[in-house]
Amino acid sequence: MLEVQSFAKVFRNQAVISDFSLSLPGNSFTVLVGPSGCGKSTLFDLLMGVASRNKGKLFLDGEEIIDLRTRAAYMAQKDLLLPWLTLLENALLPVTVKEKPTPADLREAEELFLLLGLSGFERHYPGQVSGGMAQRCALARTIFFRTPLTLLDEPLSAVDAITRRSLRDLLLLLQYRFKKTILMITHDVEDALLLADRIILLSSSPLSVKEEIPLDSRKPRNELERTLLELKRHILESLQGEQS
Amino acid sequence: MKSYLLPLVLTLFFLLFWEAFCRIEKVPPFLLPTPSRIIGLMIAEAPLLLRHATITFLEIILGIMLSLAVALPLAVAMFYSPTLERALSPLLVASQAIPVFAVAPLLVVWFGYGMGSKIVMAAVIIFFPVTVTLLQGFKSCNPGLRTLFFVMGADFRRTLRLLYWPWALPYFFSGLRVAVSVAAIGAVIGEWVGSMEGLGFLMMQANARLRVDMVFASIVILSCIGLSLWTAVSCIEVFCIRWNKKEE
Repeated sequence: MLEVQSFAKVFRNQAVISDFSLSLPGNSFTVLVGPSGCGKSTLFDLLMGVASRNKGKLFLDGEEIIDLRTRAAYMAQKDLLLPWLTLLENALLPVTVKEKPTPADLREAEELFLLLGLSGFERHYPGQVSGGMAQRCALARTIFFRTPLTLLDEPLSAVDAITRRSLRDLLLLLQYRFKKTILMITHDVEDALLLADRIILLSSSPLSVKEEIPLDSRKPRNELERTLLELKRHILESLQGEQS
Repeated sequence: MKSYLLPLVLTLFFLLFWEAFCRIEKVPPFLLPTPSRIIGLMIAEAPLLLRHATITFLEIILGIMLSLAVALPLAVAMFYSPTLERALSPLLVASQAIPVFAVAPLLVVWFGYGMGSKIVMAAVIIFFPVTVTLLQGFKSCNPGLRTLFFVMGADFRRTLRLLYWPWALPYFFSGLRVAVSVAAIGAVIGEWVGSMEGLGFLMMQANARLRVDMVFASIVILSCIGLSLWTAVSCIEVFCIRWNKKEE
């Protein structure tokens, strides 16, 4: 569905990313794992068109495109909710920046809030709710981008352990119920192991693909499973070697 | 309410001290009139003071509106185009080096003895803080939010309305609060230089005739105008930024 061909980025005479290629099948959950500071966020900036790349091609459903602006939903580590809008207005923001939301949009948002356990808080402001609820609202917002592709930039890094568990389930909901194709970056190995169909290990400076690890598609997974624990050790050792 | 109590008591003490000092030392009223004399005069001359105060008040309000009408579009334009900002901001800063007093006679020549020159004077004096604080507000916007709006494909106009403007509102209001308290300076200087009405005119007339009590009465009214404008802006701010309050 999405095809990234040999992306490269040079910043201040230093190669940040060199020859990065990636192919995302439709409705898949791909997780990029790399040590902090390896240029994961730069890669997302290039994909979204926030920064320009020095080399590389991008194809969406076979058609060559410049960047993913308006073609992908985006969710970050911070909830990025506007404090002057209610949760419902925040969720509908991707619609609002183009046109006035219709009654159908509103109904859809209310149903989504029910699904995400946010109903009753539609008229609350972000400052009045917990961090977990704010992040769930940010998740609802990704739906209203109305794009099949969703980019997640460490969406679970800023929440506590318990909230993190329930948010993981909601991210799977994104894949299975809303049929999204998901590309997530993280430095948390456990998130990757529990969510991904495929884990891609990254090496740093310059960023490139180090290893591809396919996982069986059975989800949700139990983090105490033996195969997963072994895989976790393998990934951690690999990342450790990368950092030193 | 309690926060007002202490300054109020302090002011009362100050006025009592002033009154007592003038009476005991027998200070002549053309040097320093007693507070009671000033209040008496304000009551006796209420219609005259009110007529002139209305003129000055209008000059201040229209001056604020004029400067907003120029400052808002200019701040947006400078934010939209960094080239324009680079071209204009040195000039804006340099314009602040020109003493406003020096320009006042020119403005009277250009805009006449009436309210026009005073409105422009007030506008000129507050234009800079409003523009600069608003521009600062726009530029301080969270980069993550800018990325979000970029990815959503929002154009500048919508991003301005939905993101930059509400984000910059607190900055805008702090600039405006400074502006309304100094706007009176512009209006009064304008009236000093050349006018036939307004509190500034009244003060010059009274001063020339050693009617110091009338000068004081004008000052009291000017302070009241400044204070009420300041309070009004604060109230509008609380209303506009009420989402901020609810965080508690």
